[in-house]
Amino acid sequence: MRQRLLVFLPLLAFLVLAGYFLWGLNPDRDPSIVPSVLIDKPVPETSLPALAGLLQPGIEPASFAIGEPVVVNFFASWCIPCRAEHPLIARLAEQEGLTVYGVNYKDKPDAAFAWLEDLGNPYHAVGADGSGRTGIDWGLTGVPETFIIDGEGVIRYRHVGPIDTTILEDRILPFVETLR
Amino acid sequence: MKTLLAALLCWALIVPAAFAVQPDEILADPALEERARDLSKELRCVVCQNEAIDTSNAGMARDMRVLLRERLVAGDSDDQVRDFFVARYGDYVLMNPPIKGSTYVLWFGPAIVLLLAAVFVWRAARRHKATAAPAAGLSAEEQARLDRLLSDRDNG
Repeated sequence: MRQRLLVFLPLLAFLVLAGYFLWGLNPDRDPSIVPSVLIDKPVPETSLPALAGLLQPGIEPASFAIGEPVVVNFFASWCIPCRAEHPLIARLAEQEGLTVYGVNYKDKPDAAFAWLEDLGNPYHAVGADGSGRTGIDWGLTGVPETFIIDGEGVIRYRHVGPIDTTILEDRILPFVETLR
Repeated sequence: MKTLLAALLCWALIVPAAFAVQPDEILADPALEERARDLSKELRCVVCQNEAIDTSNAGMARDMRVLLRERLVAGDSDDQVRDFFVARYGDYVLMNPPIKGSTYVLWFGPAIVLLLAAVFVWRAARRHKATAAPAAGLSAEEQARLDRLLSDRDNG
């Protein structure tokens, strides 16, 4: 009997390997994405001065945990994908009625100001992270990155890379609904 | 002139191998700098694929090197510096994954597979020996036949 069961061992080994290969070949899997450890953790202590030139406040610890979900979008004027996703960030703020903060990551303030003048400023506040330290505190691996924070100030979702319409409608908006 | 060219060529060949660490990053205290270099070899650049921040030219890697040195100057221990980065980027930021529950398969899997294979080979070898039992000598009849055949050949 034991001998008979052993016959299935190669099959089992094959299935395990095939499972790994299937996982590895999944086109939706991006091995360069570093999984965030900050999900379900409170937002890191964040105090950023307002972007120079804007008549808006910066970002403070009190900017979070305001009883409604908040979107934090890391962007830079030198970042091309940021330009591509900008209309959708605007849609989040203007049509979906979300509070959206921008963190201007390692940018020249005047370049960032001109960028927002040009494309429009959908943000409720823009903090200037010239040194990139806030980025590291948030586990940032590049721009753009977008975080969703719940009403209690806990990070609940992170998207690496630019947001497109599919991601916005299939993932981000349904997720925000669960927080409201 | 030739010597000069040769020297220049040597220099050009050596320079690309030089560090990503810029002179302005290096700490004045050599002991602290040594610790910083060792630590930065253990920390992964999060925007590169499998490269330590020590050798990466990425802007993010530079920021992390500078931050690491600031932590050391502020009096952090090596473990505190590691924990600082792990708190932000998870175990991914360590070049060597730590040994813990979720990584047992990673660390011990290959050894276990090797051990299993060794057990299989050993058992198979034993079984092979058992089935191929040494032939019990020739019977009188067989011996007689063999002798006949051999003498036939010799006379043949």
